[in-house]
Amino acid sequence: MQTPEPAPGRYGPYGGRYVAETLMPALDELTRAYEESQRDPAFQAELDSLLHHYAGRPTPTYFASRLTEEVGPRIWLKREDLCHTGAHKVNNTIGQILLAKRMGKTRIIAETGAGQHGVATATSCALMGLPCEVYMGAEDVRRQAPNVRRMELLGAEVHSVKSGSATLKDAMNEALRDWVTNVRTTHYCVGSVAGPHPYPLIVRDFQAVIGKEARAQMIEQAGKLPDAVVACVGGGSNAMGIFAGFIDDESVRLIGVEAAGDGIATGRHAAPLCAGGVGVLHGAKSYVLQTADGQIVEAHSISAGLDYPGVGPEHAWLKDIGRATYGAVTDAQALDAFQQLCRTEGIIPALETSHAFAYLPTVAKEVGDDADILVCLSGRGDKDLDTVLAQLKSRS
Amino acid sequence: MGRIADAFAKAKKENRAALVIYVCAGDPDLRTTEDLVVAAAESGADVIELGVPFSDPTADGPAIQRASERSLAAGTTLAKVLDTIGAIRRRTNVPILLFGYYNPILSYGEQKLVEETAARGADGFLVVDLPPEESDGLRLPAIEKGLDFVPLIAPTSDRDRVTEAAAAATSFLYYVSMTGVTGSKATDLASASERAGALQRELNRPIAIGFGVKTKEDVTTVARHVDGVVVGSAVVRVIEEAESSAAALSAVRTLVAELAAGARRQ
Ligand SMILES: Cc1ncc(COP(=O)(O)O)c(C=O)c1O
Repeated sequence: MQTPEPAPGRYGPYGGRYVAETLMPALDELTRAYEESQRDPAFQAELDSLLHHYAGRPTPTYFASRLTEEVGPRIWLKREDLCHTGAHKVNNTIGQILLAKRMGKTRIIAETGAGQHGVATATSCALMGLPCEVYMGAEDVRRQAPNVRRMELLGAEVHSVKSGSATLKDAMNEALRDWVTNVRTTHYCVGSVAGPHPYPLIVRDFQAVIGKEARAQMIEQAGKLPDAVVACVGGGSNAMGIFAGFIDDESVRLIGVEAAGDGIATGRHAAPLCAGGVGVLHGAKSYVLQTADGQIVEAHSISAGLDYPGVGPEHAWLKDIGRATYGAVTDAQALDAFQQLCRTEGIIPALETSHAFAYLPTVAKEVGDDADILVCLSGRGDKDLDTVLAQLKSRS
Repeated sequence: MGRIADAFAKAKKENRAALVIYVCAGDPDLRTTEDLVVAAAESGADVIELGVPFSDPTADGPAIQRASERSLAAGTTLAKVLDTIGAIRRRTNVPILLFGYYNPILSYGEQKLVEETAARGADGFLVVDLPPEESDGLRLPAIEKGLDFVPLIAPTSDRDRVTEAAAAATSFLYYVSMTGVTGSKATDLASASERAGALQRELNRPIAIGFGVKTKEDVTTVARHVDGVVVGSAVVRVIEEAESSAAALSAVRTLVAELAAGARRQ
């Protein structure tokens, strides 16, 4: 099956460009620059070289034998936590900052939730000598404090955003306001497969390296394709990146895991695909969390990187056509899975990533024990220690 | 011709720019909005841009953000705004342009919104995050019903986009004076007005300039070059600063009268 893309920038009815007129020419410019870069072998060579020598790619695919004993089916981990900066986000930021330089932009802005995208953007800007400003919700500045320090050390300026829910959605609002003001000089480095076209396309393509590597590694190490691929979904970039490698392999189930927060039934969650409706947020049509009259609702998740009421438009389409399925796990389930991975494999995962692991028992029931499940280990959890330790203390 | 085009034509004949005044519906409450719109019309506003509040107003600066938050906190919905338009229509004939973001419109249903907007007596739509290429679902039914669709042109819009916007327009074109959000300081309103004036002659369509137009002097600068001028954040600010609804009404009367004087060409 081909990736469904009836029109450029559209995934079925989803995607598009719902932004202020001021930004439309910049999106055209970005689309053109991206298309040109894709045809330019020198750009590709520079990107590949940086991903290899700087970011540490290819990342390993690792057979998690002790976790396998607990879950049932054979569990394989695509180790994006071993990327430079500790998460998959850097695959995208190196690509976008290279592109920004190519376009002659002299200033970079980004939004961040967990701070991983902010750190990756700040890192890529330091690497390529561009000034960087990051918008981050005040609530996230608090719960992801280590990443704020890291961004500052890397030379970025961090703006704490106090409007609305003071989380990722509001950081993105503020980044868009900056962009509309400084669009001539500034590249907005969007951190997920969300936003107006061409961002969902560009970010997916830069993250597709995850799936491409993992597919070859599974064939080499397991001698077969996985039966299921599982990834957490915030905006959806690590999921889209790993799905991209398997989307044409019809035998491979693609499974995304959203944050159910306190539980879907409580209404306090961050699961637009599982429990939202169709709407337009931040420039694209997709699933969103909203009220009956179209106001966006605050999301709730223990994980700052998943605490977002929208999701990338390609996921919306994959859900509608049934090529991917989506589930959700609660904060408590994610915390349990976090500890399980620490103890069984000696890997401290990000809280975002822990959501993918928490869903494995459900996937195991679907595929049975004689099956291989590939999990995208999107990032490491050092940034989450304060949050996790506080939660565990309040439990005991 | 619709009410909006009529208002522009009338202003032109009277040798002044049409004054477009933005009010955020439901700030501080819809009852007051009704009175504010009537007061603005009586004080010299030619067209009212009635803002439909949205939770994530990415094209707006702090003043309109806060107005939207106050309005939503007071329980404003698009359905209630439509009711308010009905009430306003019983008191004044001032043209009303619904101004807002796309998601509440999509959620309400584009066709249904067009029908009810026409039934209540509002005159058109301006949707900040709905560029011409995404606008068919709203624009075509609106035109069918005789309502206006007002496209935006930005300083960054190239030739093709300006042509496309002009083709999508039914009455006037909204020219954003600068790259920025509402309420920002205009960097060079005089040259923006000059550029917009040249465009107005070339396209042979009325243009109104908005963003960063705050004072009577700003209005005069704009009025020299184009047929319309939009003031938003400055109005929202006097409403915010007023200590009561009565005080807001009298402050808006004073401000709009002053701006209207500025819109006259000597
Ligand atoms: C480690 C990690 N995984 C996942 C996410 C969620 O983003 P996405 O769904 O775009 O992969 C984040 C976002 O901050 C992250 O830091």
